Amino acid sequence: MTRALLALALLLPVGLVAGCGGEEDGTTLRVLAAASLAGSFEELAEELERTHDGVEVQVSSGGSTDLVAQVREGAPADVLATADTATMDVAVADGLIDGAPRTIATNVLQLAVPPGNPAGVTGLADLGDPADPPDLDRDVALVVCAPEVPCGAAAQRLARAAGVVLSPVSEERSVTDVLGKVISGEADAGLVYATDVRAVGDAVQGIVLPEAAEAVNRYPVAALADSAEPDLAREFLDLVLGDLGRQVLRDAGFGPPGPPS
Amino acid sequence: MTPGVPRWLLLPAALGAAFVLLPLVAIVARVPWGDFDELVTSEASREALLLSLRTSATSTVLCVLLGVPMAAVLARTSFPGQGVVRSLVLLPLVLPPVVGGLALLYTFGRRGLLGETLDVLGVQVAFSTAAVVLAQTFVALPFLVLSLEGALRTAGERYELVAATLGARPTTVFRRVTLPLVLPGLLSGAVLAFARALGEFGATVTFAGSLEGVTRTMPTQIYLLRETDADGAVALSLVLVVVAVLVIGLATRGRTAARGLS
Repeated sequence: MTRALLALALLLPVGLVAGCGGEEDGTTLRVLAAASLAGSFEELAEELERTHDGVEVQVSSGGSTDLVAQVREGAPADVLATADTATMDVAVADGLIDGAPRTIATNVLQLAVPPGNPAGVTGLADLGDPADPPDLDRDVALVVCAPEVPCGAAAQRLARAAGVVLSPVSEERSVTDVLGKVISGEADAGLVYATDVRAVGDAVQGIVLPEAAEAVNRYPVAALADSAEPDLAREFLDLVLGDLGRQVLRDAGFGPPGPPS
Repeated sequence: MTPGVPRWLLLPAALGAAFVLLPLVAIVARVPWGDFDELVTSEASREALLLSLRTSATSTVLCVLLGVPMAAVLARTSFPGQGVVRSLVLLPLVLPPVVGGLALLYTFGRRGLLGETLDVLGVQVAFSTAAVVLAQTFVALPFLVLSLEGALRTAGERYELVAATLGARPTTVFRRVTLPLVLPGLLSGAVLAFARALGEFGATVTFAGSLEGVTRTMPTQIYLLRETDADGAVALSLVLVVVAVLVIGLATRGRTAARGLS
């Protein structure tokens, strides 16, 4: 009896883990999308599922660097969309991409402030002085993304274009972390994308920055070289680049892809 | 010769050990040894390591100051609802650290429960090193309480009763009998707390933020470095592992010595 129980206890986890695989009947298209694209891509995925019988589209979202790392380590995927061209360039250089990436949308930075704008922020000029090096001047608690991540790189380009030296109290790893600090009121202002401000609704207010046009972020999309469904991947790309894709992305607050660069 | 263990235990034990060690081997295999020095001694890495050591040490001291009385009360007294209190105190063990960070934010943040009070007192926790220490203490405290309470229960109350009947006051009993008796347990609890504080990440990024030299500890630095330099992140992780192993090794020695004394 004890022996039987023991055997059961040892085998049980195996059975449970094996059960997680699930059945795979039809075809599955796996799309990796930068976090800011997730909502729009879910919508487009549903459209593809609607028009293709037996096709399931899985959209996994995450930080662009994480997504590229996953592909590099062999995660099965068919389409990749990143939040900036630099990350996509890495994927291209690593030979992970099939064909040339194409820009689907653009995004600009905005200042997100808590509802009511308690610190009375009006623009970049309130956040740093051209003459002032970063110091302990914390009248306005500004949170930005770290320069290592796309939104942080964009923030640096923006600051350079505006001739302002930012002195943030924190450099976060993702837009979500920046927004979290603003929504909770810990920070007085955060630099995030226009689409992020729109996505959280009334939780923050967005302040449009005229200087933002100098630091436009491009979102490239591409099929992956190791795709198991290259034809379906191409169809998805066509959908994203087509009229419907444009419409969905525009509704989410993205700018038009603009001339190829 | 010790009685040993039944032989059938060896296989799952070896499997368990392999499960823990293999990922460590995989990390070591990925370390770019050529640039190791450069990666590890960069300004940002050194700042992060120093900050981690400083905050973890402070958190451990806080854990001891708060955790020893907590463990003593839990182990040596009985009051209605004690089981519930114990479960609640251990909550940070099961709480996802990010949620723990949110909870701290709602407590000590600018708009938190104590935020205004702290503001009046002129204390600004947000985005400061103090916030890192708070986050680390929050997640590490249960480790100390749990292991010390276990040690107290195992040690029993015999010696304390004898000391009390000989006329020792409660404070004297606690200081001269109870504490020396459980010193090894206290040490291992403190080591666990230190190790947990050293690895703390989720609550820190949620609650304290991330700024070099102020709030960017080793785990946060590793997480960020991964964005641009995965190899550098691996090298830095190895440093963290080595530091943790060194601390645990030193403390185990201390523990053996303490056991010899008691």
